[in-house]
Amino acid sequence: MSHPLPINNQESFVLNLGPQHPATHGVLRVKLTMDGEYIMHAEPVLGYIHRMHEKMGENRTWAQFMPNTGRMDYLSALSFNHCYAALVEKAMGIEVPERAEYLRVITVELNRISSHLVWFGAFILDLGGFSPLLYAFDDREHILDLLESVTGSRLTYCYFRFGGLYNDIDENFVDGTREFIKTMRERLPMYHNLVTKNIILIKRIKDIGPISKETIRKYGATGPVARGSGIDYDIRKNEPYSIYPEFDFDIPVYTECDSMARYMVRMDEIEQSMRIIEQALDKLPEGPIMAPKVPKILKPPKGDYYQAVESARGSLGMRAVSDGTNKAYRLKVRSPTFSNLSLFSEVSEGMLLPDALALMGSLDLVIPEIDR
Amino acid sequence: MGAYFKELFSGTKSLFVGLQITFGQMLKPLVTQQYPHEISTMTPRFRGHIELIPKEDGTTKCIVCGMCQRSCPSGCITVAGEKREGVKGKVLTKYRLDFTKCSLCGMCVESCRPGAITFSKEYNLASTRKEDYTFDLLKRLEEKAK
Repeated sequence: MSHPLPINNQESFVLNLGPQHPATHGVLRVKLTMDGEYIMHAEPVLGYIHRMHEKMGENRTWAQFMPNTGRMDYLSALSFNHCYAALVEKAMGIEVPERAEYLRVITVELNRISSHLVWFGAFILDLGGFSPLLYAFDDREHILDLLESVTGSRLTYCYFRFGGLYNDIDENFVDGTREFIKTMRERLPMYHNLVTKNIILIKRIKDIGPISKETIRKYGATGPVARGSGIDYDIRKNEPYSIYPEFDFDIPVYTECDSMARYMVRMDEIEQSMRIIEQALDKLPEGPIMAPKVPKILKPPKGDYYQAVESARGSLGMRAVSDGTNKAYRLKVRSPTFSNLSLFSEVSEGMLLPDALALMGSLDLVIPEIDR
Repeated sequence: MGAYFKELFSGTKSLFVGLQITFGQMLKPLVTQQYPHEISTMTPRFRGHIELIPKEDGTTKCIVCGMCQRSCPSGCITVAGEKREGVKGKVLTKYRLDFTKCSLCGMCVESCRPGAITFSKEYNLASTRKEDYTFDLLKRLEEKAK
């Protein structure tokens, strides 16, 4: 919805959204220049929880940086674990055993579902609906229980190790995951009946916040945001890593470009993740979970290494420059929501404030990952 | 005009479908755990703060090699030991954990060669004082042995 009147600068005022605001999900501040209810200009202000994770990568050993990766994106921490582990394995030339790769994929996909469930609840909460959050958290609780029994933690995981995993799964994990998928399959139609088909939601997000393909390309947005604008790009398919090529799954793409399209992409991704988990559980091989000869002190050869994975929010890349010592010379993290947020300023221009909040919710922002 | 009435009808219907689900949920069993009236047991792999594993005689297996201290990313472990007459190797005199910095990554547990430390199952750790999170693990072990 665009601004119907010519903007009169003398009538404008500045509105601070955040840094403590329920709609920004963390400490994001957006400086809005408003003309009545319409946004003239939006300027995201970042850095409120900047913790210098990249710098921390330079002053500790390669292994010691692992817990940091789980604290950037607290909703899909395992994707960050995976990216960093795969990056160092690539640098060191470590082969990961097959069982470990399967378990990595299963846990990462479970983590992706739990992340999307939190987004689902929080997004509807932004739009004023409270109860879907409680249903989503009920289902998410099952995933957290499963992951807790394997990884030992519920949110900020530090489960992957260079060359494998911290420990093997317990005896209940496979059955528990199958049981979860069964219940989740029964719950998804309920979500669609309760939320997707709801007329209030449709009125709030259909045709709201259109992001064109060009804008996506200009700002380097990835993940469900790009796939909601008709760009068929997913690292799992386009730059395959781990054992993803062995699985049969689809990448949901919608061409409507609006908030509804981004909503639908994520809802479909939950289904696709369940398909991957099912196939991985069927094929799960026996064997070791750790590569046999991983040196205690890691010193990757001099060079420049890059690894990208598909996190729940989009393309996540880590680049490490090694000077041959036991610490990284430089560790750069390319986080997906930083790019996804950067298009907000352009897209929200001329939008109504409540519509802009619906757009912001559909971007699925995680602030600790933007600030790092 | 037809589309308008169609939307009016389907929209109203969608609201009733939603209400039906919400009211249906009211009759279903409670899913929330009633903490603190109900307390769940932690899974075997739950990572609480670390603690020393006692031997059969109640003493520690720690050989004061300092690997845990060195492997810790946040530097929250301080280990000290001394030589005693008649005892082979060093004897642990101090094992301090600063839990305010710990991120429960498990590097110390992994690096411990004699297998002297493990994760505890404690999670009820609320306090308003910082000092309450500095644990003397050796003292804990001795108190446990009593």
